[in-house]
Amino acid sequence: MKEILSGNEAIARGAYEAGVKVACAYPGTPSTEILENTIRYKEIDSSWATNEKVSLEVGIGASFVGARALVTMKHVGVNVAADPLFTLSYTGVNGGLVLVCADDPELHSSQDEQDSRNYAKFAKVPMLEPSDSQECLNFTKLAYELSERYDTPVMLRTTTRISHSKSVVELGERVTGLPEPKLVKNPAKYVMLPGNARPRHYVVEERLVTLSKDGSSMPINRVELRDSKIGVITAGISYQHVREVLPEASVLKLGMVHPLPYDLIREFAAKVEKLYVVEELDPFIEDQVKAAGIQVIGKEIVPICGELTPGRLRKAFGLPEKAQSQVEKLPGRPPNMCPGCPHRGVFYSLNRLNAYVSGDIGCYTLGFMPPLSAMDTCVCMGASIGMATGAVKVLPPEERKKVVAVIGDSTFLHTGVNGLMDMVYNKGAATVIILDNRITAMTGRQENPASGHTLMDSPTNAIDFPMLCKAIGVQHVRTINPLDLEECARVIAEEMERPETSVIITDKPCVLIKREGVFKRGAVLEVVDENCAGCKACLKIGCPAIEWVPSSGKKGKAHIDPLLCNGCEVCQQLCKFAAIQEAK
Amino acid sequence: MSDKITNILLVGVGGQGILLAAEILSETVMLAGYDVKKSEIHGMSQRGGSVVSHVRYGKEVFSPMVPEGEGDVLFGFELMESYRALPLLKPGGTVVVNDLTIAPPSVLIGQEQYPEGLAQKIKELVPDCILVDGQNLALEAGNARAANTVLLGAVSKRLDIEEKYWLESIERMVPRKALAVNLKAFELGRALA
Repeated sequence: MKEILSGNEAIARGAYEAGVKVACAYPGTPSTEILENTIRYKEIDSSWATNEKVSLEVGIGASFVGARALVTMKHVGVNVAADPLFTLSYTGVNGGLVLVCADDPELHSSQDEQDSRNYAKFAKVPMLEPSDSQECLNFTKLAYELSERYDTPVMLRTTTRISHSKSVVELGERVTGLPEPKLVKNPAKYVMLPGNARPRHYVVEERLVTLSKDGSSMPINRVELRDSKIGVITAGISYQHVREVLPEASVLKLGMVHPLPYDLIREFAAKVEKLYVVEELDPFIEDQVKAAGIQVIGKEIVPICGELTPGRLRKAFGLPEKAQSQVEKLPGRPPNMCPGCPHRGVFYSLNRLNAYVSGDIGCYTLGFMPPLSAMDTCVCMGASIGMATGAVKVLPPEERKKVVAVIGDSTFLHTGVNGLMDMVYNKGAATVIILDNRITAMTGRQENPASGHTLMDSPTNAIDFPMLCKAIGVQHVRTINPLDLEECARVIAEEMERPETSVIITDKPCVLIKREGVFKRGAVLEVVDENCAGCKACLKIGCPAIEWVPSSGKKGKAHIDPLLCNGCEVCQQLCKFAAIQEAK
Repeated sequence: MSDKITNILLVGVGGQGILLAAEILSETVMLAGYDVKKSEIHGMSQRGGSVVSHVRYGKEVFSPMVPEGEGDVLFGFELMESYRALPLLKPGGTVVVNDLTIAPPSVLIGQEQYPEGLAQKIKELVPDCILVDGQNLALEAGNARAANTVLLGAVSKRLDIEEKYWLESIERMVPRKALAVNLKAFELGRALA
């Protein structure tokens, strides 16, 4: 049967067909949809973990007792999961374990552009890289076979254009007859104390040598001989761009990008006159091929930053550019917080209080954008609290008061809670705002340990933030309604003055939550033209439902789009002329 | 089947239903027996940002991205985003564009003005341009939210795909209770081009 699947959907299908029993992840663009699709298969226990490290540990636990396990994350998630990954390379697996890592060249939705292929080399594990959705499915299944045959975790690397592109896929059946999970005791393999780990290192090195040798005859590493003048070594999405732009070139398509199949590379190099490597981001293949003494051209012509496109590849090879229409410069269209978003009032208040906002990762990072313009730092998941602690350690008292960390519910549970423990323990005098909107919103509304629901949509315990903060030792914990501007400004100002750790929890759900009874839309508001003085106060919150109409009245008036308004009433509190009222 | 690849770009604002329209289009061409690839960026797009979806079909499609300057049809859901995407279109390409403006944040807060006369500017650069009153035709079909299907109908006339595949794919992809309205909207769009 044929279906059009995204790379992520195809990986989920591949895991199903491979007999996977456990799938675990923390959401992260562009990897999120893999777990959102494994839930279609009731044979797989799918769950959101609190962070990527925990997700990998869940996978390892399942693997050690004999089940096939899938763990998925975005590129920066591997940084979080790196600790167990490196030791898992030593222990090897019992049931196959595949770690899918989705890179984001061009930083469509990320804070950096790291090339995770380096992790495969660093952790000394094999890495497969599919070029379309069919390969996503096939390579996922193959990855489990390799994982068990070579006793190693296998990384499967995608990029945004693989994960989020759709193409036609032929589906297969789920394998049967895999061994049932059971307790296995093998401390020499699974207890990584120095005495046990030392001999395992030799095993790891031998495994890499064997994989490299065997790679030369793996069908996923494939030579396509065409014109012998140009030969290109490539993998992943770059293969598709090469076929598009250089249809006559001979190609060595690598399905396994680590370890490299050197015998096959040498054989291919001997058959072509000029050899190139075309790869996005780092010269990962190129450096290793060069180190093996093979002459090749790569980053001399192919850009190291950003994603490749057919046009960028044409340029790299000096091919003429296609004629294009020239258009005038236009106003940009960056993403914006939704109408009625509970974050808006908080950032408006922080702006007014001239706070130094130690930011974090989520929808609320958009608080950086004008007119809210109330975020001063954003580094990585959970960083806001630790960074606030560092800043208040060294600032003079007047500036210390300005430091406020903001962090979403899911990000707080991911790695922010450790930062808060540290702040309390080391007496950091900063204010922390936990923006609890009951969902992991930015990646598309995923449940989390504070939402009360699991990925497979069963009710579960919900973390109680005030109780948690008190248990950690925070003496001043307050909960506010973020849609009440007076309360927001007053409470935040009071806590900023306090020379101790304090936590403010905002208590309103995301407007996009679909589960019934969580978000309640308010009455739609409208601008009463006669009352509107054109003062623009309501525009200062940057709500997409409020538009400035310059042609209205003498100097312009505001207008509210009734289709977009969610009735949060924040704009109404800013209007001094009673011009914003419930729509008739 | 010739080796020619047909390149379609769907552009607009996050939340306009571009991804679903791209899904219907992809499903249609697959049903008609073509290889197809579709690519777009999700994530931030849901928050009202610019969205560009690429759909390519033919005998064998390699890159999922329409090469710059090689788009055959630009399927625009909003005027400014359509104008912005014109460099992706080939000279002599086709534009089917919804006669709709959505103000970006800088215009909403009165910092910048929404550019004037975009429909005319698009027509000057691309003579084969159909301006569609998607909202009103959708209302005529029975629901303002079916504007995308009106546009899809207009696009369908410019592609060499039999109507039965369009109808089959709409039936597969559109929820049952909205089907009748969407089939009507599709026919209204198809009658335009």
